[in-house]
Amino acid sequence: MDLVQLQRQFVDYKTSLYHEGFLDEQFTQLQELQDENNPDFVVEVVSLFFEDSERLLNELARALEQQNIDYKRIDAHVHQLKGSSSSIGAQRVQKVCIAFRNYCEEQNVEGCLKCLQQVRHEYSLVKTKLESLFQLEQQILTAGGSFPM
Amino acid sequence: MDTLEQNPVHKDDYNPDLLEPSPIQEEYAPVVFAQDIVSHVVSIDMLSGQEDSKNVLCARKSGKGVLTAPFRLLKTNRLGVILTFAVYKRDLPLNATPTERIQATDGYLGGVFDIESLVEKLLQQLASKQTILVNVLDTTNQSYPISMYGLNASNDGLEHVSLLNFGDPFRKHEMRCRFKQKPPWPWLGITTSIGILVIALLVGHIFHATVNRIAKVEDDCHKMMELKKQAEAADVAKSQFLATVSHEIRTPMNGVLGMLHMLMDTDLDVTQLDYVRTAQASGKALVALINEVLDQAKIESGKLELEEVQFDLRAILDDVLSLFSGKSQDKGVELAVYISDQVPQMLIGDPGRFRQIIINLMGNSIKFTEKGHILVTVHLVEEVIDSIEVETESSSENTLSGFPVADRRQSWKGFRTFSQEGFIHPFSHSINLIVSVEDTGEGIPLEAQSRVFTPFMQVGPSISRTHGGTGIGLSISKCLVNLMKGEIGFASIPKIGSTFTFTAIFTSGSSSSKKYKSQQINKMSNSVSSEFYGMRALVMDPRPVRAKVSKYQIRRLGIHVEVVSQWKQGLSSICRGSNAINMVIVEQEVWDKYLNNSTLFFDTLEKIDYGTPPKVFLLSNSISSSGANISTGVCNMTVIPKPLRSSMLAAALQRTMGVGNKGNPCNGQLNSLSLRNLLLGRKILIVDDNNVNLKVAAGAMKKYGADVVSATRGIEAIELLTPPHQFDACFMDIQMPEMDGFEATRRIRDMEHNINNRIHHGELSVEAYNNVSNWHVSILAMTADVIQATREECLRCGMDGYVSKPFEAEQLYREVSRFFQ
Repeated sequence: MDLVQLQRQFVDYKTSLYHEGFLDEQFTQLQELQDENNPDFVVEVVSLFFEDSERLLNELARALEQQNIDYKRIDAHVHQLKGSSSSIGAQRVQKVCIAFRNYCEEQNVEGCLKCLQQVRHEYSLVKTKLESLFQLEQQILTAGGSFPM
Repeated sequence: MDTLEQNPVHKDDYNPDLLEPSPIQEEYAPVVFAQDIVSHVVSIDMLSGQEDSKNVLCARKSGKGVLTAPFRLLKTNRLGVILTFAVYKRDLPLNATPTERIQATDGYLGGVFDIESLVEKLLQQLASKQTILVNVLDTTNQSYPISMYGLNASNDGLEHVSLLNFGDPFRKHEMRCRFKQKPPWPWLGITTSIGILVIALLVGHIFHATVNRIAKVEDDCHKMMELKKQAEAADVAKSQFLATVSHEIRTPMNGVLGMLHMLMDTDLDVTQLDYVRTAQASGKALVALINEVLDQAKIESGKLELEEVQFDLRAILDDVLSLFSGKSQDKGVELAVYISDQVPQMLIGDPGRFRQIIINLMGNSIKFTEKGHILVTVHLVEEVIDSIEVETESSSENTLSGFPVADRRQSWKGFRTFSQEGFIHPFSHSINLIVSVEDTGEGIPLEAQSRVFTPFMQVGPSISRTHGGTGIGLSISKCLVNLMKGEIGFASIPKIGSTFTFTAIFTSGSSSSKKYKSQQINKMSNSVSSEFYGMRALVMDPRPVRAKVSKYQIRRLGIHVEVVSQWKQGLSSICRGSNAINMVIVEQEVWDKYLNNSTLFFDTLEKIDYGTPPKVFLLSNSISSSGANISTGVCNMTVIPKPLRSSMLAAALQRTMGVGNKGNPCNGQLNSLSLRNLLLGRKILIVDDNNVNLKVAAGAMKKYGADVVSATRGIEAIELLTPPHQFDACFMDIQMPEMDGFEATRRIRDMEHNINNRIHHGELSVEAYNNVSNWHVSILAMTADVIQATREECLRCGMDGYVSKPFEAEQLYREVSRFFQ
């Protein structure tokens, strides 16, 4: 594909991510932190986020299967997830985490299960999107251009 | 028997013709009158008349006096009675029989009594007064009482009956007394009782009415309380609604502005850029408006609180000046700021709100001023009080731009601070400032002046159309001034101008700060002034007020200033050469009038034989007008646009005189460059249990050139921050398992305190601790959760500030700049 077209595609895709609320300004900030000294900063952070989130989601699923649900632990996990998603700008994940925390406070097990499902859903969506984004970036890089910020 | 007797007058009238001889009878009792009054009566036989004879015979029998029935007396025709006594030959015993008496009779004695005159004489007082009517009656015959005296008017009024005893056993007499007039109505009693009744009724009525009224008023009161509660609730609801709506509006607005910002970073042609800029400006204006409305709501609900931070007043006014410099230059209005030397360098208070007030006042001035000047002055209240008496009436020409202004002393005329009773002697640390914003604009019409501080009030309906704004600015300013324990007032003359003045109380900054901080502050001010310290400048300006402003700004750089009003005077003092003058600053006015066409000035300057000739600077009102002047090509003269600011002057001086290194960065890159300046080379510790957050935060710090160390637990942080260490600052996440940020900070502070004490007491050597005896590493909290309570908790456990997660450049800069530089 043509470099310009690739770049255009990249820009459109990224804009749509912002538009649909998958990413917010924090992601832009993240990208600004990337420079020659730190060329893979964004990818590193995002990968860290994926690892961390998967671990947390598993913990959450396990905790919610227990007979006596330890809401404090669940709250702590959700808090972590909220923190990391807001750090990278995964806005929709963050929003669901906020709702999740409310259900935790109310000790509403059904609400929690529902939220867990939602979080999982949002997480996998944002993961897919970000992976496609990085793929596009790679393509542009290999085609010899620099991707427009 | 011959008798010599006296007899009363006979009732028959004496008329000789009527006299008749007495009839033939056994006895006769002829009368012999004792008195002459009845002499007309010849003689009468008492035994002839029936009545008389009965009378006489009775007297003879009983031996007592006997009265006749009343009859009309002779001649006088008055009612009278005759009393007859029998005279006996010898004493008779009391129980003598009538026969014996008759036998013993010698003669008779009789008396005539005129009843009327008798009664009248006796009862003179009573009878004659005619208030009591007396009836004397002969009641011998019960059914036929014979009236002897008194009118026979019988009435059924009260009658008092008394028995009269004349001594005649055979007759009964009665006296009946009654009041002539009916007892009058006891008017007094009636009136009194009616009066009392009426009064009682009235009193009762009053009580009744009062009780009713009280009940009614209480009722009304309850109703009003209810209504009042409802109204208050409605008010609160309205404020909350306003706040909520405004808050809700802010979020998408921020989204819009953010998008516009990002749009600006993309490739745009000139037209598009222009459109985007306009959209941004409108968006920012809208956000400002919403913030104002939110402020108003906050103030109304009493939730507005002022911060207490250290700030530099002069820096704030510099900022505000630069904010308005563009607009003022466009309008051709001269903008100037003067701050008295007695105002300390650093103050403690709320800089943001202070800025807000000044921006408000200046914004208004700019809006309504088309010519002349806007002058902002800051003094200590004490200075002004002293000068109030001393200052004589300044002429209207003696102002900054020559245009007349509203007298500032009128604007603070009513302030309590200046009245004798009101002046609060400040505590040693409190600084009472008085700030005036004076302009030569349209002024405020007299009828509108009383409503100036009312919210949503504007002078006319057209104002918001032509100038924009909602009219809340002044009312918010007033509230803020009140929160700062000050007062605000104004003096305004239509078509001349307005002067707004307010006072505010702050505390002095530098005395209470820790040594560490003050070292940093001194470093900053020194760094600016050290470049030009000791230089001398000559200012040519005929207007003393304007010259004072210029002098102030130049002196901030540490330059010694001399002011002359005549250019020739200045020239001579340059040439005198006793103290070398490094720069000459010429006011535009002087240039236009005298020096534009004269080469004398520059020739003289060039001819100075000692040292370098002074550099010449022109203070001009607008950039465009100066262009023409410079084209004369004479000498190297630099133009400095007004409003004069130390920083601009420093920049111009640096350029021309080759002193100092960096130029001024443009505003757009200010934050990241400044952050870079602040953080370059600093050693920063970041503590967060979440790896992702940690990496992002560390990345941000590294970008600004800091040397970053990461930790994931509170315990690690404590270890790393045990003195001695090389860290300049620490960003600590609050919510961590095991040990949260608060606890970690507390422990670190305790540790530092402990070590500091031991160093001071000599237990530990200061050299072992890098020669620092006052350990206090700046700890900033990182939190996603910025509410008041968290903030207070942060400050309480010893943190120095907080930033939100994820980092936001402006906030970061603001917090960090408090400790560095």
